[in-house]
Amino acid sequence: MSAPLANPRGVALATRGRRSSVRTWRWSDRLAVLAAWAAGLFLCAVAAAVVIYMGYRGIEYLRPALLFSRPAPGVAQSETGGFLDPLLGTMLLTAIGIALAAPLAICSALWIVEYGRHGRARRMSRVVESSIEVVAGTPDIVIALFGVALFQLHALAFLSSTGEGGGVTGQSFIVAGAVMSLIALPPIFVATRDGLQAVPAHLREAAYALGKTRIATIRRVLLPRVRANLATGVTLGVSRIVADTAIVIVLLGDTLRFEPATGGLPGLRLLRGTGSSLTSYVFDNSPAGEAGAPQKAYAAAFVLLVFVVALNLVVERIGRAQASSQGLAADGGIA
Amino acid sequence: MMRPWSDRRAGGILGAASLLTCLCVLAMVAFVAVNAWPIFAHDGLRWLGPGGSIKGQIETMLNSTGHPPASVFHLRAWPIVYGTLLVTVLAVAIALPLAVLCAVFIVELAPAGVRGVMVPVVRLLASVPSVIWGLIGVLVLVPYVGNHLITTSERDSLLGTVQLTGASLLVAVVVLALMIAPIMVALICDALAAVPASWREGAAALGVNRPRAIRAVNLRAIRPAIVAATVLATGRALGEAIMISMVSGSFFFAPRPGDGLTFLFEPLRTIASTLVDYREGIGAPALKATLYALALLLLLSALVLSLGGHLIKQPLRRHQVPA
Repeated sequence: MSAPLANPRGVALATRGRRSSVRTWRWSDRLAVLAAWAAGLFLCAVAAAVVIYMGYRGIEYLRPALLFSRPAPGVAQSETGGFLDPLLGTMLLTAIGIALAAPLAICSALWIVEYGRHGRARRMSRVVESSIEVVAGTPDIVIALFGVALFQLHALAFLSSTGEGGGVTGQSFIVAGAVMSLIALPPIFVATRDGLQAVPAHLREAAYALGKTRIATIRRVLLPRVRANLATGVTLGVSRIVADTAIVIVLLGDTLRFEPATGGLPGLRLLRGTGSSLTSYVFDNSPAGEAGAPQKAYAAAFVLLVFVVALNLVVERIGRAQASSQGLAADGGIA
Repeated sequence: MMRPWSDRRAGGILGAASLLTCLCVLAMVAFVAVNAWPIFAHDGLRWLGPGGSIKGQIETMLNSTGHPPASVFHLRAWPIVYGTLLVTVLAVAIALPLAVLCAVFIVELAPAGVRGVMVPVVRLLASVPSVIWGLIGVLVLVPYVGNHLITTSERDSLLGTVQLTGASLLVAVVVLALMIAPIMVALICDALAAVPASWREGAAALGVNRPRAIRAVNLRAIRPAIVAATVLATGRALGEAIMISMVSGSFFFAPRPGDGLTFLFEPLRTIASTLVDYREGIGAPALKATLYALALLLLLSALVLSLGGHLIKQPLRRHQVPA
């Protein structure tokens, strides 16, 4: 311990202060505080740099015409059109993915919290929870390869198109959307499960005391109460789908425009066909992909970032509305 | 009036949905393992070792016919395994102290106004898509490193072996660390906020000043959360394919630490980025088995990581704040 420093204001401190003066700290402690401040401000600076740089490049290269014109093959940049198709592709994928993931995730969460508490069902709940954790931790490229293996089976050829030589391509909107639902599943599940677990027991007991069955309680009491958690979970799932690239470039065929499949029901041709999404468009137009058009890449990436930021704001808004409506102090944490 | 559903029927339907979820995951592991089997049947685990040029081996596989002879399965994947380990370990080593310091700053040291800014900032950083990180990396950082940080003598020293453009280990590690740090910050912040204030007040009552109290009490109390955050971040780093494929030079090369500073500027390839780069070759059966074997490797390491994280947390959990 260092020798106590002469502190001429010692008397004043003793009567006023509860905090130790920085003057009495060792250098290592001061350095630690400085390092913490530096780390925090550094992350802030990185975020600001990313947002400002993407914003600057986006505004430089994004013209409204790009958003509403379809991409076309061409040599010069002025001929290659915009990215309406990739934009619609992202929305279509999101719709399919959430439509498949949300019911599955909500039903699983409901079953685990309401029915899977006792006896044999408890072991099964733990298995389901662990398997959802496994999916959450799996890299998306592995999930994409699983999709390829699964949907190239001949039995599932109706979900995509068949190439010459009889091989199933295994690439279409339905296929990519179905695999996207796997990665949207964990956020929705976790949000719903946490919301259901946070519902106080006396609400359920009151419903049972009034003679309601469990399923009626779920439908009339619990689900309305966890609406905000559901909304948060679905929004998080949407942001995961929008941001994903690996599954798209492996499973969506990577054609610039929508290429509907031939044959079969006309309504399903678009879904069975190939296309692209914003993320694959950015990837293809960057120096890593085939087309070397960084301007288009910046414009599309800016639109993508705007989407993601908007989704983040939605989540935050839902969280704040829920906290205030339930009379709790606003959540000071991050997750 | 429709008869209300009985609990048993509803329970059955909901249980079936849960079972379906479970089956999807089992199907995933099964499909990847089955497709990866030919490589293991031919070579056991030797294919993970060093030997030969991967590019040549993959070319052979790509050009092989529908029923390739056993001699085609001769991939030696060590360079990409080594690349993956290198990038992951370095990125986590950088991101962990950064994340802990940042979390301590947010929860303990920041004034209320700054904290209100930091929380959305971290959330924003955590949700930036990896393709945007990759775009910034390849259009900003790679040219900067290529033009300003790599000297001509370094380029000449590797002239015959590999070409030093800016796409390198350095850019990959830096961007990956920035990608995984916000995830860790979020988890550690939540855990720090859950430490009872009375614990630190007890330390203050014993005369410990603030930074020391934080280090001795708060950081030790959240050790399970730090482990959980590290496991999550490592899993994310292992599986990052798109960003690494864009910034790391896409060259089958194992960076050599013996090269000194040039080590940081050498290109590499990781398992996940190989999967992305050769995704179109999945038609050729030999390459297909190879890609699935690499995917199985990733899957198993993700599983092992979560299991290991659970196991490490158990003994730490006894006197700590739960993660």
